[in-house]
Amino acid sequence: MPSLVENPTTSAPPETSPAKPPFESWGRYPVYDADVRSIQWQDQFPHVIDGVHHGALPVGMGRSYGDVCLLKDGTLVKTTGMNRLLGFDPATGVLTAEAGITLAQILDFAVPRGFFLPVSPGTKYVTLGGAIANDIHGKNHHVAGTFGCHVPQFELVRSDGTHLRCSPRENPDMYSATIGGLGLTGMITWAQLRLKRIVSRQINYEGIQFHGIDQFLDLTAQSQNIEYTVSWIDVTSTGKNFARGIFMQGDHVQIPGELKPSPAPKLTFPLELPGWVLNGASVGLFNTLFFNKQMKHRVTALQDYEPFFYPLDAVLKWNKMYGKRGLLQFQYAIPWEHAREGTIAILHEVAKSGLASFLAVLKAFGDVPSPGMMSFPKPGITLALDFPIKADKSFALFDRLAEMTHEFGGRLYPAKDARMTSPQFQAFYPQWQRFARFKDPALTSSFWERVVGAQGFMK
Amino acid sequence: MSANPVVDPSISAQRTAAASEPKRILVLGATSGIAEACIRLWASRGDHLFLVGRNAGRLAAVAADAGTRGAAFVNTAVADLDRTEHHGDLLAHAINTLGGLDLAYLALGVLGEQTKAERNFHDAAQIIHTNYTAPVSLLTWLASYCAQRHAGTLAVLSSVAGERGRKSNYVYGSSKAGLTAFVDGLRNRIDREGVRVITIKPGPVKTSMTEGMKGRERFADVDKVAASIVRAVDRGNDIVYVPGQWRLIMAVIRAIPERVFKKLNL
Repeated sequence: MPSLVENPTTSAPPETSPAKPPFESWGRYPVYDADVRSIQWQDQFPHVIDGVHHGALPVGMGRSYGDVCLLKDGTLVKTTGMNRLLGFDPATGVLTAEAGITLAQILDFAVPRGFFLPVSPGTKYVTLGGAIANDIHGKNHHVAGTFGCHVPQFELVRSDGTHLRCSPRENPDMYSATIGGLGLTGMITWAQLRLKRIVSRQINYEGIQFHGIDQFLDLTAQSQNIEYTVSWIDVTSTGKNFARGIFMQGDHVQIPGELKPSPAPKLTFPLELPGWVLNGASVGLFNTLFFNKQMKHRVTALQDYEPFFYPLDAVLKWNKMYGKRGLLQFQYAIPWEHAREGTIAILHEVAKSGLASFLAVLKAFGDVPSPGMMSFPKPGITLALDFPIKADKSFALFDRLAEMTHEFGGRLYPAKDARMTSPQFQAFYPQWQRFARFKDPALTSSFWERVVGAQGFMK
Repeated sequence: MSANPVVDPSISAQRTAAASEPKRILVLGATSGIAEACIRLWASRGDHLFLVGRNAGRLAAVAADAGTRGAAFVNTAVADLDRTEHHGDLLAHAINTLGGLDLAYLALGVLGEQTKAERNFHDAAQIIHTNYTAPVSLLTWLASYCAQRHAGTLAVLSSVAGERGRKSNYVYGSSKAGLTAFVDGLRNRIDREGVRVITIKPGPVKTSMTEGMKGRERFADVDKVAASIVRAVDRGNDIVYVPGQWRLIMAVIRAIPERVFKKLNL
């Protein structure tokens, strides 16, 4: 009989093996190592983080761009396996689901039954929990407010094992802190979402060319009764083409149509493009083509909701287009008081920098208040830009834009940020100290460590 | 194990469901990853479900999901299926609640820890009990029930790991090898009685069972695996590899001579 030798197998217990490659945010910058632990059941939290030393953070699909979904050397608790539907009331449209379900999975369930998301972000590949934690917004912000406006209640589990039912009436402070709370107040195990009725998959779409911010503002004023509005804007052109763009608006078609589910996407971006591909010339060319793709000043069409809301979802992993170095997003909200001058000044600054951004999105936020304490949107103009990361150049521009945003009384969106400084964050969100009282002591993120750091650890 | 299942005699098991009619499905081990993915598909098409699992809270979540997706009927029983002495009562209760049985789906199983099980008989015996002995108990009862009525389908989740003993998981593999042989033999006994018996052999699948395993990103997607299983059960195939390429892969692996195989690190 062979003698027993020391066990040569090195396989670690399943739950502690680091995922490879590292968990990345959508911008693929910064890149941090973390221990990723997946949960499938509500009862796994907080046991899943027993014994962790460097903090933990619930994460979903990793679709935020910067570091709100990262925790350097810490423990990420991935929730996407906890994705059950728990109940649906067709009379009220209220859906109850576990927080790791994606909006894509919700749509697969809801659309064939004649229901739709109350607020749609630019991608359906985000979780319900992530949508609440970032209090995301969409093209209907001016009429519907943020995602959190449509979440009547949820359950929050704290790292000490306390279960809190949160709504505007029950634990209202914790409800408010968790909406837009960046996952720092505890684990959202399940949540309710008020869906809206639709009778067709289609959108009555209208695209209108505009030149300059004043025309954009006129179109915005004329479209107050249209549910969805958003503008693509060319930020590379100067002179007579400065701030040209396409104002896109749409409403759900009211004529009953087929409500079949969406097919699964088939395209995946095949490779990481080298960093030089996206440069001033190629993006300038893209912008000119995109502007002129619409030959006429005004175009109307019937469009399926998928390309209207989620044009980029058709190609999985499109962020690889930006190569290994990744991309930086920048999104501000500047209140009406300085919205016009601020937007013009920032667009001039971007054009002057010569740095390319071709997913530039401009929108007017409305005045529907969010229940979230730390929610980003406020009435005014929001502009979202993304840039491939170029050493020195893009960071310098970002820092300048952040300062300008501050001067114009605006603020930046944590879900799209990897750069704002601690003083900037604390000026943008002066309520942060109140928020910090509701933070779970075991949870943190690289974002929180960056903008608040040791001050954020409060008992 | 009772040879004469105690089932309410007023229930007719002869009701043969056409493919489009809702099926009465009993799922044993309903909180396993592959089972739950199948349950979602059956629920979406309006089948009747009776779900058995060990953890009450988890089972309730799976049942709520099935009900929300459109299952025409969902009921559950919390049970530790290692307790074979309760199998008769449990199965009779489930079938009475469903009002008959069109499909029993056995998905109970544990991966266990090979490195422990190869040194400690108690660990090995636990794996063998859950993966082999308990299903044999359930199948013995279910086979008599279905054979008496000349109706029903028994679909059993085994594994490609049962096709050849490998150094990295032969305890689990041997339990699944035993199960495969039992299920295959059972089919050869009762297929002629009008009872379909299906051996399902998944390759590695992305479920909580394989969380943290090396190379997991290449494992099969659980929803695709479930869709293949549901399709194969509808068709009444005898032996199903999911994903299908595992039939070929295992043919190759079985063909490697042992004197070579024993030097490999599989």
